Amino acid sequence: MQVTMTVNGTEVTRDVEPRLLLVHFLRDTLRLTGTHWGCDTSNCGTCVVLVDGEPVKSCTALAAMTDGHDVRTVEGMARNGTLDPVQQGFMEEHGLQCGFCTPGMMLTARALLDRNPDPDEGEIREAISGQICRCTGYATIVRSVQWAAAHPAAATTEQEVTT
Amino acid sequence: MTTVEERSTMPQERESNPAANAADRPIGYGRIQRKEDPRFVRGKGRYLDDIVLPGMLHGAILRSPMAHARLVSIDTTEALAHPKVHAVITGKDLEGLNLAWAPTLSADTMAVLATDKVRFQGQEVAFVVAEDRYSARDALELIDVEYEELPVVIDARRALEPGTAVIRDDKEGKTDNHIFDWEAGDKAETDAVFARAAVVVSEEVVYPRVHPAPMETCGAIADYDPIDGKLTLYETTQAPHAHRTLYAMVAGIPEHKIRIIAGDIGGGFGNKVGIYPGYVCAVVGSIVTGKPVKWVEDRSENLMSTSFARDYIMKGEVAATKDGKILAVRTHVLADHGAFNATAQPTKYPAGFFSIFTGSYDLEAAHCSVTGVYTNKAPGGVAYACSFRVTEAVYLVERMVDVLAQKLEMDPAELRLKNFIRPEQFPYKNKTGWEYDSGDYEPALRMCMEQIGYADLRREQEEKRARGELMGIGVSFFTETVGAGPRKHMDIVGLGMADGAEVRVHPTGKAVVRLSVQTQGQGHETTFAQIVAEELGIPPEDIEVVHGDTDQTPFGLGTYGSRSTPVSGGAVALAARKVRDKAKAIAAAMLETRPEDLDWEKGRFFVKGDPSAAKTIQEVALGAHGTVALPDGIDGNLDAEVTYDPPNLTFPFGAYICVVDIDPGTGKVKVRRFVAVDDCGTRINPMIVEGQIHGGLADGVGMALMEFIGFDEQGNCLGGSFMDYLIPTAMEVPDWETGYTVTPSPHHPIGAKGIGESATVGSPPAVVNAVVDALAPFGVTHMDMPCTPARVWEAMQGRPTPPI
Ligand code: FES
Ligand code: FES
Repeated sequence: MQVTMTVNGTEVTRDVEPRLLLVHFLRDTLRLTGTHWGCDTSNCGTCVVLVDGEPVKSCTALAAMTDGHDVRTVEGMARNGTLDPVQQGFMEEHGLQCGFCTPGMMLTARALLDRNPDPDEGEIREAISGQICRCTGYATIVRSVQWAAAHPAAATTEQEVTT
Repeated sequence: MTTVEERSTMPQERESNPAANAADRPIGYGRIQRKEDPRFVRGKGRYLDDIVLPGMLHGAILRSPMAHARLVSIDTTEALAHPKVHAVITGKDLEGLNLAWAPTLSADTMAVLATDKVRFQGQEVAFVVAEDRYSARDALELIDVEYEELPVVIDARRALEPGTAVIRDDKEGKTDNHIFDWEAGDKAETDAVFARAAVVVSEEVVYPRVHPAPMETCGAIADYDPIDGKLTLYETTQAPHAHRTLYAMVAGIPEHKIRIIAGDIGGGFGNKVGIYPGYVCAVVGSIVTGKPVKWVEDRSENLMSTSFARDYIMKGEVAATKDGKILAVRTHVLADHGAFNATAQPTKYPAGFFSIFTGSYDLEAAHCSVTGVYTNKAPGGVAYACSFRVTEAVYLVERMVDVLAQKLEMDPAELRLKNFIRPEQFPYKNKTGWEYDSGDYEPALRMCMEQIGYADLRREQEEKRARGELMGIGVSFFTETVGAGPRKHMDIVGLGMADGAEVRVHPTGKAVVRLSVQTQGQGHETTFAQIVAEELGIPPEDIEVVHGDTDQTPFGLGTYGSRSTPVSGGAVALAARKVRDKAKAIAAAMLETRPEDLDWEKGRFFVKGDPSAAKTIQEVALGAHGTVALPDGIDGNLDAEVTYDPPNLTFPFGAYICVVDIDPGTGKVKVRRFVAVDDCGTRINPMIVEGQIHGGLADGVGMALMEFIGFDEQGNCLGGSFMDYLIPTAMEVPDWETGYTVTPSPHHPIGAKGIGESATVGSPPAVVNAVVDALAPFGVTHMDMPCTPARVWEAMQGRPTPPI
């Protein structure tokens, strides 16, 4: 079957098996390998992407279900060479070690900050509670998101650039 | 010498991050951003499953649904008829290649694909190679296997009972499930101390089976080139060089024709040390089909079949005086190694470094004995940041010290302070043969108590108890033994546990350092650049760190047991110092003086008494490769190579205190606070050090409260997915509070002791001690992990049960 969706601002159309998972569509068909896969049961969140701005576990959606939707992956976070403040925050505050959970964590953080620009620690922890990081113990991820909240400037610049 | 520095964790007060201003960035040790992060935050990491080779096929493994059964027949006809299937490989096929069985890292054998029997649920039975990952899995459904069920051995306590099914009847003459007996310390001396001791406490302490579960599962891509006979094997491995040698020994491919590439690894924690059947099958699949074959396991396969951790049933005993002087410890351990003895550990240490169960205390005697048994469970045992079983040792002694404190009605922190090895006793030889290199324990524990407000918390607890509220304070103090190890004592399958490093300074003064160890997230590209920077004064951003490719790096045993900084860090520092010595001779030639007339300050040599007559390391590099007339015996480069054989292990230590609140209605444990004071000697990048500690603390909370690989009586694995194997999320862990002291290792070139596993080792007893402390009003003296609500509730009813 044919699916058409916007991925990181570009419209793509591909023929896919109806059973193809979104995570495999992104990774194998489009070769956007920043979206990861870590479990069989929707528990780990390494596969999180934004669909119409909301975090979605791409291992639990079929590519066909996102037909006509807007998908954003980690590869689409930086714009015009400017990192998203969330990406910058993760580097500043050591929010990553092996980096495997990082794309999903950052996209969830982006969605949170879009909704709530000044979240408290509890709100950040709750936002990422559907995702597992085996390396960091989460405190530095929380600080990374706080850093991004405190430094929204780069994001503003990007929006200005893209609109 | 020990320096004690207070360290706050308030974000605004944390060590400043000078990255914004490049001029302030430390050239050497200090907090700098990680060199690997720019690619990771852009989604540009290169993990195994991201790699696609031209014409690549995909493998999938058919696994046994039974824990113990005879293989009657395997019919692959239908699978082979699948239009997208290229090959189906069974144990019979491997027998023809002499690959059905492979040696383990513990002088045992393990089945690659089952031939005679299956011995645990999830064991590998057949391997399908197909055009894409979905078709490969489809074809698994088309393989028909007939099994004949056999009695199952799940409880290690019953594995040696007469009449029990013999799991390893493949081994000639094997009539029971016994693997080994091992002991350390002096039994007679220890028994004598126990016989005269005024106080003896004992408990059965179980460290249940858990799993490292890195977020990236294990996998491999084999690419065999039949024309030049070269095998390129991409792997999720923590030990690329050791793997290359083992493949050469087992598969008969000459070692120079094997190249192992480990790209970015999505966490390892010991799970990615061994060679798994899937890797071997991918190699065979590539040879058979003539194409590259990728195999990546799914999460259930990871949890059910790859290296688990722990599974120790320990009878712990402590002998003491009435006023709390600990005299001796002794223990007998039943070690469940699963169906194949495949633990990854030094040859002479079948129970790893468990004999450091004497902990941080000055004792008169100690004795431990360990019996290893086979059961119908997955193989493994040494994994999950355990430092070769120091985890089990620390958990046992720290739990037992609390049992003693409760019995004597003494404060557990005071009891520890009273029994510590004193600073002047270092280097300290313990009763089981370890020589602790350096330590200063009391300041670390006092700092931890101070930081958490110990006295106030005890008062609060008293008030809460009076109101029927359940609050617990858990103390743990650990000493690790890491950085294995001196080659005269330590090898893995005959390979000495040394590591190589090579430093080259290019003509323009930029450098490359090549490592044998393999990062899985620890930040080697940053830390090792900083070590070279510290030694040579070349900025870390000018130093490329190359690792994870056996064709490009010197030989060494890899990253596990917290050995990267202690072993490879030693190699890198010494190689850089060799470069510096050479640079000095060349600088002297350039300055027309003698080397002994030169002084070094980071980054430049200058003539004693005339600081303006100087050459920077960059100028010397150009001179070395240029036209400077070189002194005798010096060739024209700034390169050096060192293989570092550590003289001893290193002994990091730390003091941890955990505060928990328990809901009396549900038994749910909430970790309210956790303060960790660590001493890993020299701290190269404090940000990375702290990150390593945080990760280990989350592990500790996970194991103490949630994580557990259980089995039912039929041998079904009950922890085979993340629905059942529970890992802490951001909701289950607190905001970690940390502090540190610095007691350098006296024998290590840069005084560094390693930090990768300290917190995983040290934190579980702090959490469990807090839980038991909270439950003391119910008469609880011990409860086993995991302290799930249901199990805590049982303990409150006076029925604490072991998990296995
Ligand atoms: S891969 Fe684990 S939740 Fe999607
Ligand atoms: S950084 Fe490794 S899983 Fe999060």
